[in-house]
Amino acid sequence: MKHRLKTFGRGGIHPDDKKAPAADCPVRNSYFGQTAVIPMGQHLGAPAECLVKPGDTVREGERIGEAAGPISAHVHCPFPGVVEKVEPLILPNGSSSRAVFLRIEGPFEPVSDRRVNDGWARMSSEELLAMIREAGLVGLGGATFPVHVKIAVPKGKKADFLIINGVECEPYLCADYRVMLEYTEEVLEGIDIVAKITDAAKVIIAVENNKPKAIEKMKEAVARSGRPYIVESLKVRYPQGDEKQLIQAVTGAEVPSGALPIEVGCVVCNVGTAKSVYDAVVLRRPLTERIVTVSGGAVAHPANLKTRIGVPVKDLLSECGTDFSKVKKIVIGGPMMGFALADWNTPVTKGTGGILALTAKEIRTKAETACLHCGRCVRVCPMGLAPVTLYKLIQAGEYAKAAEAGLSDCKECGCCSYTCPAGLYLVQAFKKGKILRRKMG
Amino acid sequence: MKDKKSEFRFSVVSSPQIRGNLSTGKIMLYVILALLPAALWGVFQFGFYSLAVLVVSIVSAAVAEGLVCLIRKKNTLGDGSAVLTGLLVGMNMPPSIPLYIPVAASFVAIIVFKAVFGGLGCNIVNPALGGRLFAFFSWSSAMFTFQSPRVFLSSTADAVTSATPLSFLKSSVSEYAGSIASEADLIALKHYPVTRWDLAVTDRINAWTGENFCSGYFDAFFGFKSGCIGEISAFLLLSGGLFLLAKRIIRWEIPTAFIGTFALLVWVFGGLRAGTGFFSGDPLYQVLTGGLMLGAFFMATDMVTSPFRSGAMLLFGVGCGLLTFLIRFYGSFPEGVSLAIVFMNLTVPMLDRLFIPRRFGVKRKKKGEKA
Repeated sequence: MKHRLKTFGRGGIHPDDKKAPAADCPVRNSYFGQTAVIPMGQHLGAPAECLVKPGDTVREGERIGEAAGPISAHVHCPFPGVVEKVEPLILPNGSSSRAVFLRIEGPFEPVSDRRVNDGWARMSSEELLAMIREAGLVGLGGATFPVHVKIAVPKGKKADFLIINGVECEPYLCADYRVMLEYTEEVLEGIDIVAKITDAAKVIIAVENNKPKAIEKMKEAVARSGRPYIVESLKVRYPQGDEKQLIQAVTGAEVPSGALPIEVGCVVCNVGTAKSVYDAVVLRRPLTERIVTVSGGAVAHPANLKTRIGVPVKDLLSECGTDFSKVKKIVIGGPMMGFALADWNTPVTKGTGGILALTAKEIRTKAETACLHCGRCVRVCPMGLAPVTLYKLIQAGEYAKAAEAGLSDCKECGCCSYTCPAGLYLVQAFKKGKILRRKMG
Repeated sequence: MKDKKSEFRFSVVSSPQIRGNLSTGKIMLYVILALLPAALWGVFQFGFYSLAVLVVSIVSAAVAEGLVCLIRKKNTLGDGSAVLTGLLVGMNMPPSIPLYIPVAASFVAIIVFKAVFGGLGCNIVNPALGGRLFAFFSWSSAMFTFQSPRVFLSSTADAVTSATPLSFLKSSVSEYAGSIASEADLIALKHYPVTRWDLAVTDRINAWTGENFCSGYFDAFFGFKSGCIGEISAFLLLSGGLFLLAKRIIRWEIPTAFIGTFALLVWVFGGLRAGTGFFSGDPLYQVLTGGLMLGAFFMATDMVTSPFRSGAMLLFGVGCGLLTFLIRFYGSFPEGVSLAIVFMNLTVPMLDRLFIPRRFGVKRKKKGEKA
């Protein structure tokens, strides 16, 4: 009898995963130019306090941004160089923060994978968390929540499950997939560290079954090292990589509306983040680089690039042979939740998992027609909302009523807009509704 | 700086950055494609005049929509819904109807039943059914005059009027109540026209099985009967409906609940009026005749005027089936599908409210519990 694969409860969609062109490209280092732009607000929460001023010389790995407040993260300089200017910059997600414009010059440190801190097993959770905070780690899955907050289990709570998120349900993206394949040992040791911090009873590594190689590799490595971790293969379905859906898929529990995963005894951590935890604790290296999938119909040579933070998106696209005459839209992140760029000099930040140059054919822009009341949005909403109702309330300016109907539960996964035959900009309305609701109190 | 701006010409919109491939226009196109075989079969059986009825209905609907566009200063002709409404109005017309009736029906459908409520997506009642009912109550005799299909005409005869199977049953059943084994017997008893193919196939089946089935089912199924232009071939309508189901344009709940409820009620109570007692009705013949197939697959499933949750759809279908049964068997009209659907259309806002989905991470409220 075939084992039935786990997945989340309801809603969801099956967009074409389009992972093929980039999935088999091993990670390689990207080039970089003579300048870099390093924003202070690369994470969810307060932007970091900028520590440098124009004219300053900075070293590679130097801390140039100081976490401002409990939910914030340090920012480190990925390159040696001279600060040219510090100016506000609006990132594609709409957040605005000061950014350090750097002219790259001076000596690079030799790259070494020397295990600086082999004795982490003897350190306390607090010490480890401090190390993670020191390295400026944020969740690399896309939401960029500061890791030292995310994996800290509050007093009085207990983590029954540590779920390692290797789902990567966004089409095109394969950065996490490559990390699992090429940095298996680093990821596992990173998981060891997180497991120690959270003191989780059970560790589950969740991967969708469209990545059989990664599942096999992880299973093999786990078995070989005798770790008590479970590698769970999940049925392919978007948005399974979302925390709440993933927790439901793996444990069956529903995180209550408005609550954090720890409410149901879960801590979720992305595989890329686990690797960066390894870097931060074992190698004592701050987060200054990440793996980015460059793909899309207009990209001649899709790739997974290990790139430093601050490199302009345009350079990476050019490096992969993008035919800009065919590009209709440049997207940072995945196609479902990612942001369309308004400026191709936008730098790669900690949360950039993908850069996509999409053609008109891939986007399938639709003419907007009247809502047909077909109910498809209601049936695909993984949060059990009625997007059509929320949409109409927001269009009518009834933000309070929309909030009552569950607007804040919406995480903008895009299932409704993707499915809507009338081509309505549902997610856009929800984003607007949330902002206006906040403003109007 | 200026130079940079002109170089960057990519679109910037909110996520998601990709869309699925189903669009409003595509839905309308698929529904029209699914209806066409049945419509063309009607034209084949009733002659070119019926084609004129279809064309006039569609053109008037499009013209009406065009007028609305002019007034609202918004082009909605492109969504294809007006053409579909026009086609449905035409398919719901008797084949020899005077042409001003479909014109009026289409105008009323588009303007009164759709535009007045705010256009596509805001209407409460299915526009095509609204238009049909308007014609039905305004020109009752014309709307009840049906023509014989081609198969029953001799080569010399002109169009001959004939009763539809349902009006024939309704008018003659009381006469024979108590003296027949089942309603279907009336077809042979009163010489309701049956094709020779139907007779031959029925004979063959009766010879095989040793039973005594009545004739008329095959004619009803394939569409050798009188009726509205688009409703006569249950077979083609069913195929069209299955095509839409396969293409995931419509969902199974409404047609299944509609036809299922109706058939069940007919089986249990349908024999009463013929005096044959409970559980002696003839659901098959009732399902294959009248506008049931057209209504269940193409009109009741209209997304705008049906609920959007599975449970609500089932309830909606059950209501349609129940009302169709009541009207056909106890009402003064032989046919009740359109009235039943229109009545159930009115309940949709309520059904939608009854079946609000349970939010993720929120426990279903118990009765009396405060929000």
